[in-house]
Amino acid sequence: MTPALLYGLSGALLVAIGLTGAIASRSLVRRILGFNVLGSGAFVIIIAFARRVAGPVPDPVSHALVLTGIVVTVSATAVALALAVRLGDEEDGRHE
Amino acid sequence: MTDTHAWLPPAILLTSLVPGVVIFFLGEQRHVLRTSLNLAGAMAKVILVAMMVWGVFHDRSYAWSVTLLPGLTLTFRADAMAAMFASLSTVLWLVTTIYAVGYLEGSPHRSRFFGFFSLCVTSTMGVALAGNLFTFFVCYELLTASTYPLVVHRGTEKALKGGRTYLAYAMSGGVALMVGMIWLQAIAGPVDFREGGSLAQLAVTHRSSLIAIFTLLIIGLGVKAALVPLHGWLPQAMVAPAPVSALLHAVAVVKAGAFGIVRVVYDVYGVHTADALGVKQALLAVAAFTVVYGSARAVFQDDLKKRLAFSTVSQVSYIVMGVAMVGATSTIGGIVHLVHQGIMKITLFLCAGNLAESLHVHAVSEMDGAGRLMPLTMGAFSVAALGMIGVPPAAGFISKWYLGLGALESGDAWVIGVLAASSLLNAVYFLPILYAAWFREPSAELAAARAAHAAEAPWALLGPPLATAAMTLLAGLFAGSPFSPLSWAALIAAREY
Amino acid sequence: MSDAVLLGAPVLLPLAAAVLAFAGGDRLRRGVTVALCAGLALAAALLAGAAWNRGVITHHVGGWLPPLGILLRADGLAVLMVIMNTAVGIAVSVFAAGYFGGHDEGHAAGPHGRTALFWPVWFMLWGALNALFLSGDVFNLYVTLELVGLSGVALISLAGTKAWPAAMRYLFVSLLASLSYLLGTALLYGQFGVLDLAGLGRAMADVPAARAAAALMFVGLAAKTALVPLHAWLPPAHAGAPAPVSAVLSALVIKGSFYLFLRLWFQVFPVLTPAVLAQAVGLFGSAAILWGSALALRQSRLKMVVAYSTVAQVGYLFLLFPLATGAAASVAPLAIAFHAVSHACAKAAMFMAAGGLMLAYGTDDIRALRGAAVQASAPALAFAIGAMVLIGLPPGGNFTAKWLLLSASIDTGQWWWIPVIAAGTLLASGYLFRVLTVFMESSGSAAPASAPRVSLAAPALVLAVAALLLALAAPAVTGVLERAPAVGLPALAGGPS
Repeated sequence: MTPALLYGLSGALLVAIGLTGAIASRSLVRRILGFNVLGSGAFVIIIAFARRVAGPVPDPVSHALVLTGIVVTVSATAVALALAVRLGDEEDGRHE
Repeated sequence: MTDTHAWLPPAILLTSLVPGVVIFFLGEQRHVLRTSLNLAGAMAKVILVAMMVWGVFHDRSYAWSVTLLPGLTLTFRADAMAAMFASLSTVLWLVTTIYAVGYLEGSPHRSRFFGFFSLCVTSTMGVALAGNLFTFFVCYELLTASTYPLVVHRGTEKALKGGRTYLAYAMSGGVALMVGMIWLQAIAGPVDFREGGSLAQLAVTHRSSLIAIFTLLIIGLGVKAALVPLHGWLPQAMVAPAPVSALLHAVAVVKAGAFGIVRVVYDVYGVHTADALGVKQALLAVAAFTVVYGSARAVFQDDLKKRLAFSTVSQVSYIVMGVAMVGATSTIGGIVHLVHQGIMKITLFLCAGNLAESLHVHAVSEMDGAGRLMPLTMGAFSVAALGMIGVPPAAGFISKWYLGLGALESGDAWVIGVLAASSLLNAVYFLPILYAAWFREPSAELAAARAAHAAEAPWALLGPPLATAAMTLLAGLFAGSPFSPLSWAALIAAREY
Repeated sequence: MSDAVLLGAPVLLPLAAAVLAFAGGDRLRRGVTVALCAGLALAAALLAGAAWNRGVITHHVGGWLPPLGILLRADGLAVLMVIMNTAVGIAVSVFAAGYFGGHDEGHAAGPHGRTALFWPVWFMLWGALNALFLSGDVFNLYVTLELVGLSGVALISLAGTKAWPAAMRYLFVSLLASLSYLLGTALLYGQFGVLDLAGLGRAMADVPAARAAAALMFVGLAAKTALVPLHAWLPPAHAGAPAPVSAVLSALVIKGSFYLFLRLWFQVFPVLTPAVLAQAVGLFGSAAILWGSALALRQSRLKMVVAYSTVAQVGYLFLLFPLATGAAASVAPLAIAFHAVSHACAKAAMFMAAGGLMLAYGTDDIRALRGAAVQASAPALAFAIGAMVLIGLPPGGNFTAKWLLLSASIDTGQWWWIPVIAAGTLLASGYLFRVLTVFMESSGSAAPASAPRVSLAAPALVLAVAALLLALAAPAVTGVLERAPAVGLPALAGGPS
């Protein structure tokens, strides 16, 4: 089993876990976590593809994609968490 | 081929479009400016249309077109049929505008009313001048859009309900028309109105498609033309103010439907093609049924405007009958009735409006002695009613005569029976009105009304119906002269055959 | 003018404006808004002119070649989308300035209050949309998709507490869809090693990885475009959002993901999209038309009627895919252009009008808006014109798109879409005229709490009239599409391929 294949499979596994978490969880924060894991899984898959290029140097484009993607995911997570915090405050406020 | 007079059709449209748009933005109080704009536009249109009629008579062509997309070309062209419908609409618009200004004196939202009024006439002109099916359809739908606010103008529960019914019918008709038109275009390419029709070749290869398309087109047009069973909206739309009813029945909506049917049979399919496909006979049957049905329903209506509405249902199908029979004479009869029915019907509606306004008379049963109180109005009404029945020398007689002759000529002699039955029914529902108005004593309410104020209508409301009643007589008396509706119809028929 | 500036300006100007608007105070914000609108109008005009003269314009940002570099590409369709974005964006900006300046739905507007935050986020959304329309490679499109989604969520949540649950739901749908798209991108890159759309189109082959990628990307984009049955996030998002945000959401944001769907379908995945799949997409579109219209009929709030109308109108866009085959292949770019632009203008106008009415009456419950035609005539008129355009009144853009779809149905023999389109038209007239009827009601109408401001209605009116007259601009639209043809999109008849 080549490392690339291993990475690819782990990526797929992460996607599955993340998807389950994002859809099936009750709490908002868990769902956001699920999205993060899902995203990370996609990134791992992209990294795995970096190895398909022949030669000693892995394909830089994959890494560039993943770096961009991480930034995007961070922003998305920030927005999601900000909303989640406010929604949580709302709920707490109501129950008080 | 450049046409030096290509500016004329768009100019005719602009004479009511520009005032209409401007009027929307005028404040309610600016009635002087509003009335001036209306009248100026109407006069300008009369002049331009007169120029156009003169030119068409001398075989000049006026065409203006712009291509939007391959297959979608807006074309406005003035041929003999266009000239006739356009002149009818223009003259009657002038008359109705004068009447409306007087009728709506002091009522709310006049800027909105006259704005849509002008848009309605613009659309009607567009329908008249349309040079192909696509342009016709565009203006036809714009007509629906601009008449809806007029129908619901009063904003009452009844008005809104009438408007809803009108819309339901008109939108469904529009969809049918659109589908039929697109289908036809898919088979035959863009369809221009050409005298004699252009589908002769295709009738052989695409027989069933053409029949289906014809049905769709007639359904779409028949809604506005009030062919049974698509007529249901017309009596309901009577909740509109009298000028609107006059417009709907005599000038714009109903005539646009009938005009469309004429165009489809003559200038799209062609008389002989339609005959070969067998659709003419079906159309004739539907029209004949409508004639009798409309007249019969009219007998049982007590509300005056509803009675007139069913009378319209019946009378417009005279036009369709004329078109659906083969032969130049019946063509003449049908086409000339387009004009005659317009003049007579508008007289009737304007008088009905006067009766409602001055005497608060809405029903036939309330009309006892109305002739004593409003002799001029009832005089005009009587002339028009006699014309409807077909008494010479009023215009209606001419149309029925030609239709009868045409029926003999084309071998559909049973149509004469239909004509006779309808004339009889016309007499049954008009003569009692005339008798009651002239020969009965005024009822208590009417006498009280007489005591209350001067009963005859003011000049703004009286002039128009008197003028149109006079036109009814003139059209009949001078039917032989070169510019009468009859001669024009003969010209059209000659060019068609 | 260098390509870099031409293609970069529409993206960078709004982003720069966003930063300035966030950092500065009120006066700076106003100046920035005006400058941005002027700048974007100029940029769009220059871009259109360049595309007209030179054809397709491309630029590799920073000189980096794909797949590492970002490819910006402006073909005819992209240029039209940018123009649409600019026009609607300017109108919404003018509207929002008035809407938030006066009074913002009951929330206190402090110096860094929510209304102040509207501007930076809106500018970011604007820039992200432009970037989406102008991008030429699949991964950059992912970035722009996310940007659009996040800005959209932020805009929706500006309305305050009641909008947050809907914003959260939209965020989840958006994130899930984007990640699905990202996975697809990953698979494509892994399989083919290229990222730009043209290259992918050339390299595409029917392998499992490509199929999986197609499925992931199409489903994700369909969810973002609110195609039934993935539409559930849209109506609640509209319910809470302020009027300018609703306008942008329905008019522009949805068009972005649809545009992407279109590009992928025609440019990247054509070998993988058999007729069966196209028919399935068409089925979902039909379901959207019927279901969205049915739900719209039952809404009691004006904004919700318009929101469900969006769900229905999106269905028309997806009907295009089964119809853009064979004889009617050239329909695709034209119908898209007309429907997308016309719907954007009309829908934005309707939401802006609804916002104006809400400010005047304090609520958007339809029953409370009785008599609005008289008392709030400017917004009511804008709404009415927009409604007529959506129903399909000629010469509007929606009518043209419907015409093209119907012609294509007949040309390709797929007549089963005709009843769907016809039903959609009738249902749309049903739920829209229901509202217009209430506007025209005259009895028992309460005067609005505050007089509606014309400045709020003016942008709505301008957009609505533009949508109504769109068919008249058809030659220009066709010209742009022909001179800068999109790779993979079927060539227009008679144009260079």
